Amino acid sequence: MAKLGEYQFRSNCAFCHGLGGRGGGRGPDLTRAQKHHGNTDGELFHNIHDGIAGTAMPAATNGGIGVGMSDEEIWQVITYIRSVEKKASAAETGDAAHGKELFYGATGCGTCHMMNGKGGRLGPDLSSTGASRSVEYLTESLRNPSKRLAQGISEPLKDFSEEYETVTVVTSDGTKLQGVVLNEDSFTVQMLDTREQLHAFEKVKLRSYVKTRESLMPAYDVKTLPDKDLKDLIAFLLAASEKGGGQ
Amino acid sequence: MKTRSMSARSKSRFLAALEMTVLSMAKVRGVVAFVAALSLLALQASAQVTAERLLNSSKEPQNWLMYSGDYAGHRFSALDQINVSNAVTLVPKWAYQTMAGGKFEATPLVVDGILYGTGQDDRVYALDARSGRPIWQYQQTLPADIRPCCGRVNRGLAILGDKVFVATLDAHVIALDSKTGNVVWDATAAEHAKGYSFTLAPLVIKNLVLVGVSGGEYGIRGFIEAYDAATGARKWRFYTIPAPGEPGHDSWEGDSWKIGGSPAWITGTYDPATNTTFWTTGNPSPSNRGEGRAGDNLYSNSLLALDPDTGKLKWHFQFTQHDEHDYDATQVPVMIDDGDRKWIAQANRNGFFYIVDRTNGKLISATSYAKVSWSTSKDATGRPLPDKAGAPAPDGNRVCPGALGATNWMSPTYDPQTKLFYVTAREQCDIFSTAPQPYEAGHAYYGSAYFPNDETQPFWGALRALDPATGKLKWEWKHTSPAWAGVLSTAGGLVFTGDAEGNFIALEAASGKVLWHFQCGASVFASPMSFAIDGKQYVAVAAGSALFAFGLP
Repeated sequence: MAKLGEYQFRSNCAFCHGLGGRGGGRGPDLTRAQKHHGNTDGELFHNIHDGIAGTAMPAATNGGIGVGMSDEEIWQVITYIRSVEKKASAAETGDAAHGKELFYGATGCGTCHMMNGKGGRLGPDLSSTGASRSVEYLTESLRNPSKRLAQGISEPLKDFSEEYETVTVVTSDGTKLQGVVLNEDSFTVQMLDTREQLHAFEKVKLRSYVKTRESLMPAYDVKTLPDKDLKDLIAFLLAASEKGGGQ
Repeated sequence: MKTRSMSARSKSRFLAALEMTVLSMAKVRGVVAFVAALSLLALQASAQVTAERLLNSSKEPQNWLMYSGDYAGHRFSALDQINVSNAVTLVPKWAYQTMAGGKFEATPLVVDGILYGTGQDDRVYALDARSGRPIWQYQQTLPADIRPCCGRVNRGLAILGDKVFVATLDAHVIALDSKTGNVVWDATAAEHAKGYSFTLAPLVIKNLVLVGVSGGEYGIRGFIEAYDAATGARKWRFYTIPAPGEPGHDSWEGDSWKIGGSPAWITGTYDPATNTTFWTTGNPSPSNRGEGRAGDNLYSNSLLALDPDTGKLKWHFQFTQHDEHDYDATQVPVMIDDGDRKWIAQANRNGFFYIVDRTNGKLISATSYAKVSWSTSKDATGRPLPDKAGAPAPDGNRVCPGALGATNWMSPTYDPQTKLFYVTAREQCDIFSTAPQPYEAGHAYYGSAYFPNDETQPFWGALRALDPATGKLKWEWKHTSPAWAGVLSTAGGLVFTGDAEGNFIALEAASGKVLWHFQCGASVFASPMSFAIDGKQYVAVAAGSALFAFGLP
């Protein structure tokens, strides 16, 4: 049953949730025992069958967009998800209280990231990140933030979300600004600069426009963030979101 | 009866009034005006789209009489009022909101001032092409158990006489009265609950309405078929998978031919000189798994030359044999004449730009126009061959182009003035995974899945101008992300296209220089067209849930 579910999972779920259910850039890590939108079999069935309103999670019905699964196949997928779940909460592996101190203190995370309404705006809000991302993903994001940039705005009908790319512009009057791309098209860019100011430009009117996939977030290596502190930080992210997510 | 006689009486009164106008005009302006007014009268009194008019569509560039604008599939407008010198001044003239969600992929028709279009969920409408105001609307009542793979989309209509033809998601072909939107006939082509559907704009040839089926994700057996435009009686059906005893049947393993897919979901083209219609086919089913269907899987991913009167196959050319990457060849097969060379040009979803001799189906050239990794070798004729190493694997295998292709269904254009072929190219690689999947009627059947490779740079796209004579890139204009908009070329020296960010863009056809752009507010998921009314040229395109018409101020 789990094997059949794995096949179904690859066909229907892996596009967003990744092979093995470990999460990708799009969908949450499903190997987490604690799931943001419900943990019971019934809740999982409901979420797969009907989708989750307000998220990118579609309904697995045949009539709409997407090719769909039968009820039996949804149960196979749930069996598979249960088989890959890690039973212990990752939050238990670190000291969340110390993680919180680091977040708003020495490591400076809170300068750019918000947790439940408190913190900076330049980076993604992390209030629900702990509930949806694997420990491996969070570790990678800290150690090597440029490897996989976080995703920003998703527009209906667009295949891909905007990413947190770094942009440096020089305006027509010579002002240099650096920040993150909030959105972009061939002719315009909307950005938040490092002083948390919103700007919108027509590209042809800029003296210079340079975009890179080198994240503005510093890479925290073991010297600046020893493994124990990293675990504590992640424990804080997980605990905070398990307590109530993005409320 | 009473209504009919009243209507006949008022009609004769109307004609008498027109006649008086004609006579008075003749008195004022003389013989030339009289003749002109007479031909105007003839047009307005009948407004019949004859098969002859369809053949000679180039003689009436103010109209857009079929999906690609002409039988050659050029999507070229001979109108030149909007041109390189004034395109910068283009403004929106009107927008028509379908109020439907999802992808709006349709190209409208325009005939003598009336625009006929379709939208998402199989709605059909006629508009005053000058103002965008609706004249009638038709909504197909779709059952709950339809099986659209990829959105509740429809790409447009065909027209003949006083009927427009729509092919629907519940696998019906329907003739609507072009003046009222009333159903004239309604033919059921196949069982929608088993995965059969239509998304394409039909093609009218002579007195026949040709359609090709969608459903390559459901293990259908694909077909192209023709209906009598007058009655809705089916005249012929050509199965895109040969039955036992037919040539090509041995390209399928066991009973896999019965559920081998090979749909034909994009409108074909037609060469009246040889009375040949060209159609293209989609992926074999299941799309991401070759196990169980050993062989080339004819006529999946192929170009087919058919006799439009009988549906008999003249020849075929297969682009991708034994496909495992969903490389449907459902891109409009564009006819190009260069001296005595008669070609079909196709920028294929698999990343190669093919030129095929359309008199015999022989390959002339195949040149990659986007990043390709599924094929690294060619056969003796120059046809790219699939690599075993590129097959989908249980833990995923990165292959370019991705499953959505180096291009897709959005129309390319051929500009006879620049002699260039313009296509929307997508640069996206995917990880192809595979898993066994039993066939079940009406159930998705694709043998696993693909997903974008997150480890690579962001995916992007480009409008590319290709030279069919050499296969070489003349210029490209980069899109921010992979786009789904088709391309229109015009005698004004312009090409029009759109992007996923919602821009509708005019470029100089010769150089690729952007001259003008307009933000439509949502992704352009359609191919543009052009028409004229009152001597004024318009360019129209669907974006979001709206159809936009642009013109000079």
